[in-house]
Parts: sequence; C-alpha cells; structure tokens
Amino acid sequence: MSKLLKINKGVDEGTKALLEYLLEKDKVEGVITLKTINANQGICYSLITKPEELKDAVPLIPYMPNNEGKLLSRLTLREPLADPIAVVARPCELRAFIELVKRNQGSLKNYLFISHTCPGVYPLETNVNGSLEKKISQYWNKTKNTELIQDTRPACKSCIHFIPDNADIIVSLIGEADLDNNCNIFLSTNKGEEFAAGIEGEIGEKELESKEINLMQNKREEERKKLFEETNIETKGIEGLIEYFGKCIGCHGCSNVCPICYCNLCFFDSQPNETQPSWSESDLDRKGALRLPSGTIFYHLGRLAHISISCIGCGMCTDVCPVNIPISTIFSKVGESVQKAFDYSPGMDVEEPVPFGIYKEEEFTEIGEQ
Amino acid sequence: MNKNFTPKIIYFMCNWCGTGGAESASAHHLYYPENVLPYRVNCTGSLSTVLILRAFIDGADGVIISGCHPGDCHYEDGNFRERKRVATIKSIIESLGLEEDRIWFRYVAHGEGKRFVDTTTEFNDYIKKIGPNPLKERSDT
Repeated sequence: MSKLLKINKGVDEGTKALLEYLLEKDKVEGVITLKTINANQGICYSLITKPEELKDAVPLIPYMPNNEGKLLSRLTLREPLADPIAVVARPCELRAFIELVKRNQGSLKNYLFISHTCPGVYPLETNVNGSLEKKISQYWNKTKNTELIQDTRPACKSCIHFIPDNADIIVSLIGEADLDNNCNIFLSTNKGEEFAAGIEGEIGEKELESKEINLMQNKREEERKKLFEETNIETKGIEGLIEYFGKCIGCHGCSNVCPICYCNLCFFDSQPNETQPSWSESDLDRKGALRLPSGTIFYHLGRLAHISISCIGCGMCTDVCPVNIPISTIFSKVGESVQKAFDYSPGMDVEEPVPFGIYKEEEFTEIGEQ
Repeated sequence: MNKNFTPKIIYFMCNWCGTGGAESASAHHLYYPENVLPYRVNCTGSLSTVLILRAFIDGADGVIISGCHPGDCHYEDGNFRERKRVATIKSIIESLGLEEDRIWFRYVAHGEGKRFVDTTTEFNDYIKKIGPNPLKERSDT
C-alpha cells in the first residue's frame, strides 16, 4: 500500500499544481519539466526556478524530445546537486538515468523524481507535421480506457516497464477513468511524502498495481511479441542484418540520442576507426565491390556489444532514424537475451552493479571449456 | 565440406600464458596449421569486443581467444573479463541468428604447447566443417 494524494483537478493541472507548490514553498530550488516555447512550435525540457515560468510547462505531454536521463546525467556529471530539484520524467528516462549513475555519469543526490504510469509518447515527427495537438484528445481517451495507443512509438507500444519503480512521486494515468477532473498521485517513498506534505488535497491509501495496470501489462506483452515476430531478425541471419541495416546512411544519430551511449568520443568516430585507403584495397581484392560508407554492420554490432546489456528500450534511436530502421526493436530484442544471459535488469536498482564491473571465477565457466 | 577451403583464423593470445604456450610448442617442434594467424595482446582482458567483431567483418572465418587458466592471470581477472565479453558477443550473435561457434575461448598455460597445437588443429577442422564466414564475401556490409 502506498500513500495516495488526491487533487481535485485534471492530471495536467494537478501535476502543475504540485510543481508550483514545490517551487513556491521553496521545497525545491528548481523543476525540470517539458515546456512549450515559441507559441507551441517547440517542446523541450527546461530547468525552471521561477514559479511564473511554469505557465508554459506541459509536464505530461506525450512527447519526448530527448531522453531526460542523459540531461540529468550531464547536470550532475562533475558533482551532485547542492539543492533539491524536482524532475518530471518518464519511467524509461528514470531507468536510463539510473544506468548512467551506475556508470559514474551522474548522481541521484537531491533529485526528486516525479513520474507516472506511462501510456507512451508520439514520434518526434508528429510535432514537426503538426499532428501532435490533434492526437492529444484521443491519447487521453485511450489512456482512460486502458487501451493501447497504436500510433505511439513502437518502443512505447511494446514497453512492459511502464511503472516507474524508482520514482518518489507517481502520477497515476493508465486506467484512471476520471483523469480530467481528478489527479491521483502516489507518494511511494518517504522522500516523496516529505516533499508533498502540506499540499491541498485528500490523503488516502491505495495499491498502485490495479487491475487496469495488469490489463495494460498483458496488452503490451502481446504487442511486444507481435513486434518481435514481425521483425523476425533471428531467423534471417546475415540476410536479415543486411535487410535492416543496409539502409543506414551512417549519420550516427542513434548513438547521439541514446542515453546509454555516453562516451564523449565514440569509438566509431575515433581515429583508430578511420578508414585507411589500404583497407579498401584489401577488401576490394576479396569482394570486388565495397559499400560506402563501409562498416555499417560493424557499427551496429559494435553498438550492440557496448550497450545491449543496459538498453532500457526508450525508442529514441528508431525515432531519429532518417531511413526508418527499426533499431529499437532489434536492440530491445537482442538486449533482452543478453540481459537474460547475465540475469540483469537495467535501470531497476541503483545498488545492483552493471555486470561489466564485477568478474568472478565461477561465472560462465562453460565458455572456457569449448 | 569444401576440400579447397582454407579458413582464415585469428588467434588472439595473451602476452603471458597464451604466447608462452605457442613458445613451448615451438620448443618441442610441434606444428600448427599455417592458416592460423597469431596476434599477441598484452592480456585478453584488454581485447575489446569491437575488435573481435572487426575480425569477422574484415574477413576472418573464426576467432580463438586464449588466455591464462583461471587464477593464473597476471592482472588478476583479465581472463574473466574477456570471458564475460565473449559471453556477450555470443549472446548477441546468437540472438541475431548468426553462428556463435565461430568464436572459441580457451585457456592455454605457458607450458601447454601440445594444448596450443590441439586447440588450433581442432578449431581449424571445425571451421573447415562449418564453411566460410558468410560476411566476408558480402560487399554490402
């Protein structure tokens, strides 16, 4: 059972009221949330310190311009925050941040995490072609009725970790029939309770895992299975790899937006990986033709080797791909099997070390015997 | 099985036990297949996953990695580090429907010249049996 705070406003207004309360009462020094700029033309994350700046905030808009985990890590890369900051983040963004903290790329100290049961986000292009605004009313209707929203990101439709386990405060969205007038906020940690103490609203107790959540879990799992079957990369072998990644133009956008790809200089952009003329020569002798830029499959396999253990499946990579490669589906699929092999679930527990930090004699003994 | 197929095999060996094994083999005048190309690395723990992948992309038919026996590593856990990386690569390659058995990881100690020769011969025969790496002739990678 968790503490439940009921605010008699719609979820959007209720969340904003919570943020305003935190800022006005000086409980936090700042708030990081999504905000519209330039009269709704752009939506971006902002760090807000003045309560009046919150008027343009849209904390629950179904849109993810960046994975916030990466932004949070950049803020605390050198040293932890001195004063508390409240952060509105989606579950996958929190998981990404926790993965980064485990890799010494940030600190959890003084962050107050406000999250929600996540119905998903629309692809970035919806804000470019102006269809985002039209989609929002159906988004909330489907969320009320615990339905899958088919035009959200494929990664969102098939996401099975839509409950934010690490958040201090959880705004309940999925299956809340009355979310236009009622905002149910779970205060799942003591820290969350402390910060929200004194806000106007009813306090009660309720279980977060409702039957609607379970229903959604089942629907997402089905969708995930379907998506993996459609991509079907494991039965196609090398042909499948070339079919999917053959379109790649080598912009490296997927690694730039990936929250887990945190290296300042990527190996694939670095000097040891610059192609030398002599390499093409020996390749040509053997193959008779050479794809340019070369090394596409190498790049994607290499990225898999680096991040699949920590892939949290946010879907940013697919979203930015200019040639529509289903990267996140393939990475989630491969990630799932790698994570299973290492018995590891990324972004769940900050105390659980990344497998590539501890090495024991008794693990994977079957590999040396081959 | 193609009789004319000579596989290209990359043998990553660590500076200590792996290379020592090869030295012992030469001291005993043992022969290993000529198509096995030995590459010395300081420790198998320093061998990155992408270099193993690169070997395949650049035309190797198989890769063997050999380091010190468990507990013998000169840097304490280098061989365990590499073992974990090999486990990752195998898991990735397998879930993409490719052949994970083109990578072998074996411990060869300094004095085990015979084991070095056995490993290379065994692996060479195995790769000959499963045929060439399909990636190496592809021009569209």
